[in-house]
Amino acid sequence: MNEMQFLTWVRGTGLNIAVGIFLLGVLWRLIEIYGLGRKKDLSAPRSVAGASGLNTIFRRSLPPEGMLKTSPVTYIGGYVFHIGLAIVVFLFAPHIKLIQSLVGLSWPGLPSQFIDLVAVITIAAMVVVLVDRINRPVKRYLSTFEDWFTWLVTFLPLLTGWLAVRHMLLPYTTMLALHILSVEILLIVLPFTKLFHAFTVFGSRWFNGAVNGHKGVAV
Amino acid sequence: MQGPLIDTLARQGVTRRTFFKYCATLASMMALPPSAGRAMAEAMAAAPAATKRPSVIWLPFQECTGCTESITRSHSPTLEGLIFDAISLDYQETLMAAAGHQAEEALHKAMKDNEGKYLLIVDGSVPLGLDGAYSCIAGKSNLETLKEVAKGAAAIVAMGSCAAFGGIPKANPNPTGAVSVSDVIKDKPIINIPGCPPIPVVMTGVLAHFLTFGSLPELDGKGRPKAFYGETIHDRCYRRPFYDQGKFAKTFDDEGARKGWCLFELGCKGPVTYNACATVKWNGGTSWPVESGHGCLGCSEPDFWDAGGFYKALSMPANPLKMASAAVAAGAVAGVAVSFANRAKKSAAKAGHETTTLADLEK
Repeated sequence: MNEMQFLTWVRGTGLNIAVGIFLLGVLWRLIEIYGLGRKKDLSAPRSVAGASGLNTIFRRSLPPEGMLKTSPVTYIGGYVFHIGLAIVVFLFAPHIKLIQSLVGLSWPGLPSQFIDLVAVITIAAMVVVLVDRINRPVKRYLSTFEDWFTWLVTFLPLLTGWLAVRHMLLPYTTMLALHILSVEILLIVLPFTKLFHAFTVFGSRWFNGAVNGHKGVAV
Repeated sequence: MQGPLIDTLARQGVTRRTFFKYCATLASMMALPPSAGRAMAEAMAAAPAATKRPSVIWLPFQECTGCTESITRSHSPTLEGLIFDAISLDYQETLMAAAGHQAEEALHKAMKDNEGKYLLIVDGSVPLGLDGAYSCIAGKSNLETLKEVAKGAAAIVAMGSCAAFGGIPKANPNPTGAVSVSDVIKDKPIINIPGCPPIPVVMTGVLAHFLTFGSLPELDGKGRPKAFYGETIHDRCYRRPFYDQGKFAKTFDDEGARKGWCLFELGCKGPVTYNACATVKWNGGTSWPVESGHGCLGCSEPDFWDAGGFYKALSMPANPLKMASAAVAAGAVAGVAVSFANRAKKSAAKAGHETTTLADLEK
C-alpha cells in the first residue's frame, strides 16, 4: 500500500468504520446513561440561592476559591488545551469542510497561521499537563491506564495535524493519512472512555447541581 | 562554442544565446551548480558531431500517446523538441517513419549496436493479465519486450504515470493486470517521470543530465528526480496565500473563483501532489491547471485515479459513509437493550431487598 492508497483508505473505509463505531457508541452510552433513572426524591426541596443545575454547569467551569493558586497548571493548562482544541478542531477550514460534507453545517474559518499558533500553544499545554500529572505524586497515584491512554489519543491528532501542515518529519501525504487515522482512533475510543465527557459533562453537572440544590446545597 | 546543434538551432531561428539561457535554466531547475549549465550546453552542442549520438529506444506499451504528444508538440520549434537532435532516437513507433519489420529491425539493430549503453524510455503500463495478451507488438507481449530490451539498457526512464506507477490502466478494477516498469524490472536504474502527461522540460532535463554527466539525477523515494518532484503543487502554488487566509472558491464560477481564490474545496489535490507544474507551468510557461481555474488532479501520484474523486476536497470522505445510519440504529437498539437490562437488574434488586431490623443486627 503506497501513501496515496493509505490516504484514500483512511478517507474512505477507515472513516466509514470509525464514524460507524463512534455513532453506535455515542447512541448506546447516551441512552444507557439517561435510561438509568434515579429514585424519586420525596423530601421537600430546599430553596437556596445559586443551588441549581444551571448554576452548577457554569460554576464548575470556574476554579473554586484558592484552587487556582493551589494547582495553577491543572486549571490554566486545562483551559488552554480545551479552548485551543475547540478552536483547532472547529475553526480550521479543512475541518469545517469535512463537517459540512458530513452534516451539512458550515461556518467561516480562521486564517491558517492563527490556527497554527493555537495548535502550538495547545500542544504545549497538553505536554505541560502531562508532565504535571507525572511529577505530582497525588495525580500520578490517581492516574490509571485510561488516563495515559486518553491523553495519547487526544494528543496524537493534534501533533500529526500540526506536523502535516508544517510538512515536518514525514511527507505531507503520509502525515495527513496518519492524522486522519489518529482522529479515527480517537473517534472509536471516545464513546467508551472518560473522553465521553465531551457528551456528558453538562448533563452530569446539571444533574449533580439539581440533586444538591434540592437538598439546599450550592456546589 | 559551436556545433551542429547550434547550427540547426540557428537555422530554426533560435539564437546561440537563447540556447545557453535554456541550458542554464535547465541546470538551475535541477539545482545543479552554475557550471553545469555550460557543461550541458557543451555536451548537447557537441553530441551530434560525435560519431555516435547516445542511442535512445522508446517503447510504447499500454498508453495513449499523450506523453509523446506532450514532449513533441511544437507550436513553434521548441527547444524541448530540438533536444532530440542531440540523441539518436532509434525506435519510437509514433515518430519513426519505419513500420512493421523495418521498425523491428531498427529496434534490434539499436539494441545490438549499443549493448549496455542505450537509454530505454518506456511509456505506458505493462499488462500481466492473460499472459500479457492485452498489449502486444510484433507478436510479443509488452512484458516479453520490456524484459528483452531492458537487459541491455544503461538506464530506464519510465515516462508518464502509466510506466511509472501503472497509471490509468491500473485504475480499479485493473482489468488487464497492469503494473509499472519498476514492478517488472528490478536490476536496472529506473527513473520515474510521472505525470499524465509529464512536463516536457522535466523529460528534457533528465535527458540533458544523462547526456552531460552520463548518469541519472538525484531521485526521491519513488524514483522521481528530486529537482522537479521535491515539492508539492500546494507549496509552490500562487493561490496558496488564499488557502492560508481561508479564502476558497466554492464553485467554479462564484465570486471566489473569479477572484482566483484557493481551489482546495473544489477538490484540488495540490497538497498531496509532488510535481513542478506550479513553477515550470505548461505550454511554454503560458499557464497550468490551477491558473486556468481547475484544481490539480494529482496526476503525477500513484493511483491518482482511485484517490476518492477529482472534485472532493482532500478533507472530505473519499466514499459516502455507508455505515452511519446502520450504526445509529444499532447504537440505539444496544442502548435501549442495555437500559432494559439495567432496569431489570434494579427491579430484581428491589424485589430481593430484605428489610433489616434492629433484631437482625443484634443476632
